Amino acid sequence: MTVDTQTTFEAVCRLDQIEREGGVAALVGGVAVAVIRTFDDEVYALSNFDPFSKASVLARGIVGTKTVRSDDGEEVVPFVASPMFKQAFDLRDGTCLDDPDNGDVAVPTYDVRVIDGVVEVGPRRS
Amino acid sequence: MAPHLRKQLVVVGHGMVGHRFVESAISRGLTETYDITVLGEEPRPAYDRVALTSYFEVGAEALGFLPSGAYDDPRVTLRLDTEVVAISPRQRIVTLASGEDLHYDELVMATGAAPFVPPVPGADLDNVFVYRTIEDLDAIRTASKKSKVGAVIGGGLLGLEAANALHQLGLETHVVELAPRLMAVQIDDLGGRTLNQHINKLGLTVHTGAMTEAILADKKGRVERLALKDRNPLEVDIVVFSAGIRPRDALARAAGLDVADRGGVLVDESLRSSDEHIWAIGECAAVQGTMYGLVAPGYDMAEIVVDRLLGGAGEFTGADMSTKLKLLGVDVASFGDAHGATEGALELTYQDAVSGVYKKLVISEDGKRLLGGVLVGDAAAYGILRPMVASGMELPENPEELILPASRGGLEMDLPDDMQVCSCNDVTKAQIKDAVSDGSTLNDGSPCTDAACVTAHTRAGSTCGSCKTVVKKIVEDFFTAAGREVDKSLCQHFRMTRQELFDVVAVHGYTRFDDIVEAHGSGRGCDICKPAVASILASLLNQHVLDPGNRQLQDTNDAYLGNLQKNGTYSVVPRIPGGEITPDKLIVIGQVAQEFGLYTKITGGQRIDLFGARMEDLPAIWKRLVDAGMESGHAYGKSLRTVKSCVGSTWCRYGVQDSVGLAIELELRYRGLRSPHKLKGGVSGCARECAEARSKDFGIIATDKGWNLYVCGNGGAIPSHAQLLAGDLDKETLIRYLDRFLMYYIRTADRLQRTSYWMDSVDGGLDRIREVVVDDVLGLGAELEAAMDRHVESYFDEWKATIEDPEKMARFVSFVNAPGTPDPNISFREERGQVQAAVNDGPVSLGTTIPVGAP
Ligand code: SRM
Ligand SMILES: Cc1cc2nc3c(=O)[nH]c(=O)nc-3n(C[C@H](O)[C@H](O)[C@H](O)COP(=O)(O)OP(=O)(O)OC[C@H]3O[C@@H](n4cnc5c(N)ncnc54)[C@H](O)[C@@H]3O)c2cc1C
Ligand code: SF4
Ligand code: FES
Repeated sequence: MTVDTQTTFEAVCRLDQIEREGGVAALVGGVAVAVIRTFDDEVYALSNFDPFSKASVLARGIVGTKTVRSDDGEEVVPFVASPMFKQAFDLRDGTCLDDPDNGDVAVPTYDVRVIDGVVEVGPRRS
Repeated sequence: MAPHLRKQLVVVGHGMVGHRFVESAISRGLTETYDITVLGEEPRPAYDRVALTSYFEVGAEALGFLPSGAYDDPRVTLRLDTEVVAISPRQRIVTLASGEDLHYDELVMATGAAPFVPPVPGADLDNVFVYRTIEDLDAIRTASKKSKVGAVIGGGLLGLEAANALHQLGLETHVVELAPRLMAVQIDDLGGRTLNQHINKLGLTVHTGAMTEAILADKKGRVERLALKDRNPLEVDIVVFSAGIRPRDALARAAGLDVADRGGVLVDESLRSSDEHIWAIGECAAVQGTMYGLVAPGYDMAEIVVDRLLGGAGEFTGADMSTKLKLLGVDVASFGDAHGATEGALELTYQDAVSGVYKKLVISEDGKRLLGGVLVGDAAAYGILRPMVASGMELPENPEELILPASRGGLEMDLPDDMQVCSCNDVTKAQIKDAVSDGSTLNDGSPCTDAACVTAHTRAGSTCGSCKTVVKKIVEDFFTAAGREVDKSLCQHFRMTRQELFDVVAVHGYTRFDDIVEAHGSGRGCDICKPAVASILASLLNQHVLDPGNRQLQDTNDAYLGNLQKNGTYSVVPRIPGGEITPDKLIVIGQVAQEFGLYTKITGGQRIDLFGARMEDLPAIWKRLVDAGMESGHAYGKSLRTVKSCVGSTWCRYGVQDSVGLAIELELRYRGLRSPHKLKGGVSGCARECAEARSKDFGIIATDKGWNLYVCGNGGAIPSHAQLLAGDLDKETLIRYLDRFLMYYIRTADRLQRTSYWMDSVDGGLDRIREVVVDDVLGLGAELEAAMDRHVESYFDEWKATIEDPEKMARFVSFVNAPGTPDPNISFREERGQVQAAVNDGPVSLGTTIPVGAP
């Protein structure tokens, strides 16, 4: 068996199978991954498992943007809100935007790319 | 307990304090052991006597505490127009004017006080009045129509209010006060002089140091002249006595109870009289000899007696006698030790003769504590100063800042959390902060966001109103400190309220979120504004919620037309209108549950919920139900849920109308109607109310003549009973009013605001809603009805439309790349022969062995 870098990306669906500001759940390497498409056609992949409710549901959440204020100024963040208890997760790195205890709750994210209209999910980022 | 074994509690007097006693007895559970009978001599239920002067403006209804004339608790009986003429402590009986005897186990006297009329010759003439009840005010108003000049005898707090009332009735008004200044009890000389200035400016003539010798009549026996000692007489047509009050203790005296030297039923600090089964509260009581002529101490007493009867050990330890005058345009307040009677007390005064402002603070010898004060002309600081006295908090460095005009320093100070802000209702600053921070304040799991809501929930500010500015300030400070703006924005994307957004969408005729956020919002929206827009669009257009462009806006449950459960599965609730179902349909429901392994339960809404459906099974489940003639029950939507019914006249021997028929008709009419929050209805076939209709957003109760329509009730965390909107309606009128009511709510309510909260937020409350819905004062009736007709005509079953549309069905898969693989994260356990949801600690992996289909 030959292993090249290509095989670590798995095609999951066509881009047009994901609606704008919608998501789908895909089975990647045996685990559920939420693949989410934003209004400007960026695609993000993160674990489908919501750490707060402990249910595998993030792909079904509402997708939008949030303006987050920090020391470095304002930033517009693409996010998905868990459908269960509505916590928001930054689509880019999986961090929770309204973690009540200010801890570092984050969900794992995955590399993702779109090639010829097909969405491919890559390895889990560390 | 059998009814005849329950203990009997009798309350004499249905005034402000008697009413508070009963309210507290109900809410604290005293009616679990006592039947309560309240006997009130006045022809109407208790009303807000403190606000009596506003009667001419707002009418009796607005002052009433109990508009329906009955308490919600059936164990309380209220008898009006019923005077108690005797009490026999030995037999434990009260005797009514009608001669009827009532037995009691415990007796609570709340007979209040009566105006004191000094024995002046002529005091019994026609056109001589007192100022205590609505009937007194009616009589004064009638007499005023044929009069030009009036005099009020007594220049105290109440006298000035009465004088203001005469003035407002268009009379030339004199105030005759024996003491050398107005409000002699509460304020000092300088304050009194400043007050004179204001009262004169209002157009009233003040005579201080004037003693009334007689009221003289003309030949026809009508008031003509007031004879004053050593002064010229006053020509007057009306005289109102307001020369103090006397506790109504005559019943107690006749019954042989101890009374205080200066009057009042003598009670100890537990409010018990010299007879162990007789208690006295409010203005008729003299607690260890002292009578309290304000409502707040009376409320305290009421709570203490309830506590005692429940076995508690509450004690009355005195009261704050601070007062604020409610005269239009003149601010007067007096609080704590206003006269500097405390030893060594220092006084700090500020005076501005030009603008008529006088302020005095009484400060302790060491300069550290505020003991009391007087404010005339500008009482803005009252709300903060009074509680400072009560809490004993330390004064700031420069106490004079407290009474300087606000432009020079003013009221910036940090009040301690335990400080009592509202003395009428004993509410602390901490409780107010709780109301704006604690998620359990409102039924939808959110805290209050404005002062009006805080007042509704804590009562702070709801009685005399003098603490309102402080309540508002605390709320604002809280939000400022928390970095939140106190604005009504829906969320960061829309700087407007839901109502404004609704209007924007309706006026521009928008049909897509994208256009709306582009033109009137910012960013791409969030989990707050998207469902709100979806709901607005659905109310206006009634499109399918899963149409492209719509479905990404839907809240969790709407997005999959089912309620999301804790393990990621969904529930399935077919509509069972009015709770009526055929055996055939019942059997299908059972079969579907069996086939798909679903947990079944009868809901609180008279229908059946099937839990534990996997998302990918939903279409097949619904296909079976739809084929059997069922449709979506919208258990997932902010929309009409159920219209509960009782069995009604078709079977029930008491029923007077067909409640099931009406419930079904209404449920079918309003099914699918998207609204700011969920909507529930109920219809009962008679006054026994087996459908619990009054706990619903709209409740209908059958009468001999038709239907009574109640609105704005709910259960949930903070239940409230629906209020009567209109009575004895025929069905057509009922439906017309309901159409208008529901559409008016949908158009003007805030997001996630149920009807009861909406009613509280509507200026004018229920009366306003009645004006719009019943009297059609806005001329909106036809438009609202037409909007509802459009909804009814365009209704379709969402689930049927979904399973018929392959595009919508495509979303109901477990995994986009493995549609045949069930989600391994979903787990169940078993209990009592059915499945229950289980959750896993972390994500479940199937490993890489499962083949994954290509796209
Ligand atoms: C299933 C049911 C309980 C049951 O087993 O009986 C139920 C279940 C839920 N209720 Fe309820 N309520 C149910 C009857 C009630 C009732 C009783 C009634 O309708 O007569 C009430 C009190 C009456 C009322 O609403 O005024 C009730 C007051 C609430 C509230 C509090 C509402 C409020 O204004 O305070 C919530 C929370 C909310 O809606 O924000 C709520 C929310 C919920 C939710 C939707 C919570 C959620 O978001 O998951 C539950 C989901 C149901 C599901 O998954 O299907 N449920 N809930 C009942 C379904 C009735 C139906 O056939 O549709
Ligand atoms: C114009 C006005 C303005 C006021 N402003 C303020 C204010 O700003 N702040 C403040 O704290 N207080 C104010 N008060 C005082 C306040 O209204 C009273 O403190 C309060 O009403 C006392 O309540 P209560 O229940 O003891 O007496 P009431 O409210 O007088 O109730 C007693 C009831 O008992 C009934 N009753 C008496 N005897 C019998 C009998 N034998 N059988 C049956 N029923 C009987 C009476 O008819 C009456 O309805 C004001 C009062 C008036 C008149
Ligand atoms: S409310 Fe009246 S009609 Fe309906 S079931 Fe109860 S008793 Fe019968
Ligand atoms: S102090 Fe009277 S209402 Fe708050």
